[in-house]
Amino acid sequence: MAVTRRQFMKVSAAGLAASSVGALGFTGAGDALAAGVRPYKLERATETRNTCPYCSVSCGVIVYSLGDKSKNAKASVIHIEGDPDHPVSRGTLCPRGAASLDYVHSPLRLKYPMHRKAGSDKFERVTWDFALERIVTLMKEDRDKNFVAKNRDGVTVNRWLTTGFFATSAQTNEAGYLTYKLMRGLGMVAIETQARI
Amino acid sequence: MATLQSLDIRRRSASTEAPPQVRQGSLEVAKLIDVSKCIGCKACQAACLAWNDLVEPVGTFEGSYDNPPDLTPTSWTVMKFTEYEKGDDLEWLIRKDGCMHCDDPGCLKACPAPGAIVQYTNGIVDFVSENCIGCGYCVKGCPFNVPRISKVDRKAYKCTLCVDRVAVGQAPACAKACPTQAIYFGSKDDMIDHAEKRIIDLKSRGFAKAGLYDPPGVGGTHVMYVLHHADQPSLYAGLPDDPRISPMVGFWKGVMKPISLAAIAFAGVFGFLHYVTKGPNEVSESDQRKGDDLAGRKGT
Repeated sequence: MAVTRRQFMKVSAAGLAASSVGALGFTGAGDALAAGVRPYKLERATETRNTCPYCSVSCGVIVYSLGDKSKNAKASVIHIEGDPDHPVSRGTLCPRGAASLDYVHSPLRLKYPMHRKAGSDKFERVTWDFALERIVTLMKEDRDKNFVAKNRDGVTVNRWLTTGFFATSAQTNEAGYLTYKLMRGLGMVAIETQARI
Repeated sequence: MATLQSLDIRRRSASTEAPPQVRQGSLEVAKLIDVSKCIGCKACQAACLAWNDLVEPVGTFEGSYDNPPDLTPTSWTVMKFTEYEKGDDLEWLIRKDGCMHCDDPGCLKACPAPGAIVQYTNGIVDFVSENCIGCGYCVKGCPFNVPRISKVDRKAYKCTLCVDRVAVGQAPACAKACPTQAIYFGSKDDMIDHAEKRIIDLKSRGFAKAGLYDPPGVGGTHVMYVLHHADQPSLYAGLPDDPRISPMVGFWKGVMKPISLAAIAFAGVFGFLHYVTKGPNEVSESDQRKGDDLAGRKGT
């Protein structure tokens, strides 16, 4: 587009005049007054109490999810922060706990039981039935083979030393009690959790 | 939306209209950062990112625990680690950097975009990004070097003191998360009281110069520090000893602004009057002829 010097001067002058009028306060007066407050993003989110999944401190967290649990709304976690009513953490969290929303939505998160067949180099998704069946079968095989009913001196010990059990820290006392009773009942000695049940 | 805590506006950038002035009685809030209690865990940083829906891209290791190495448009608070050697002693000073929410905000004074920076009556200074024009004057106006301009949308960003949480009666996300109570939140008076107790405790532990950082050069701040060496704030990753708004901001936005606006208005009025009285400047026939001769053209 060809612009003559005269046209260029005219356009420049018009622009300068318009911005000067603005600077003198003749335009946009209302816009400046409309400074809004940031809306609170958890206004009607559903709150669910839970325990932080990371360490043995087991801080309380509140998980905020989208929607009010109505039938046609699919809930999704939108925010996680400390639970002020939790006696251990009283609302505080460490950097890992404070960032646990990323853990929930991480593309690397393990969501299903996975199985790597002997000799295979990759994991494949399996059903819970398959996974539990397989775990139980292997446990039974190992226990049948290695269970120690009596020690060298003939004293009854009922030990099963070749398998260990790793339990969650995010349990209630009752679930912890059951975990302990069940595994000890099988003769298992190596029972571990971050929370030291 | 109903708010539990009043968020009336006290000041607004580049606006000639005065905000409503009568409702000024809202509680002045403050965040107190006790540097002596901070363990540098960065829970505040993580909580800030989570609350404000920010994602800081993975960076590179710069040789210290600072991560990211400085404030960014997405990291509104960053832990700054300083190794301070005093004789045989090594002190690890960890300061949570971020907006100080000055009572007399340099960013707001420097900002030319109407309503892009507001100060609420509770003391919080917030950027209203919709109104930001990305000029970067707030960066120059800030005595603490806090605002950052995003390369994505050319708008300025900084800590909001979680104004949305404070509005409904909650503490800022960083203050809530802090596992060692190094970050405390409440009314400014309560925070000063709490700081005094902490300073007495620190003095009894051999930090004779312990004190509160609430710099009067910017009218006091709504983010305050308890420092073990309050006589040398600059030890803490360059915290200004006596922060003041640059005199250039006062000059351009204070003295020069009405003068230049008057000059613009005068030029406009003068031009109009000149046009009315003298009319447009027309070339006389003799000038036209002279010009044509000079240009070597035949008369037109």
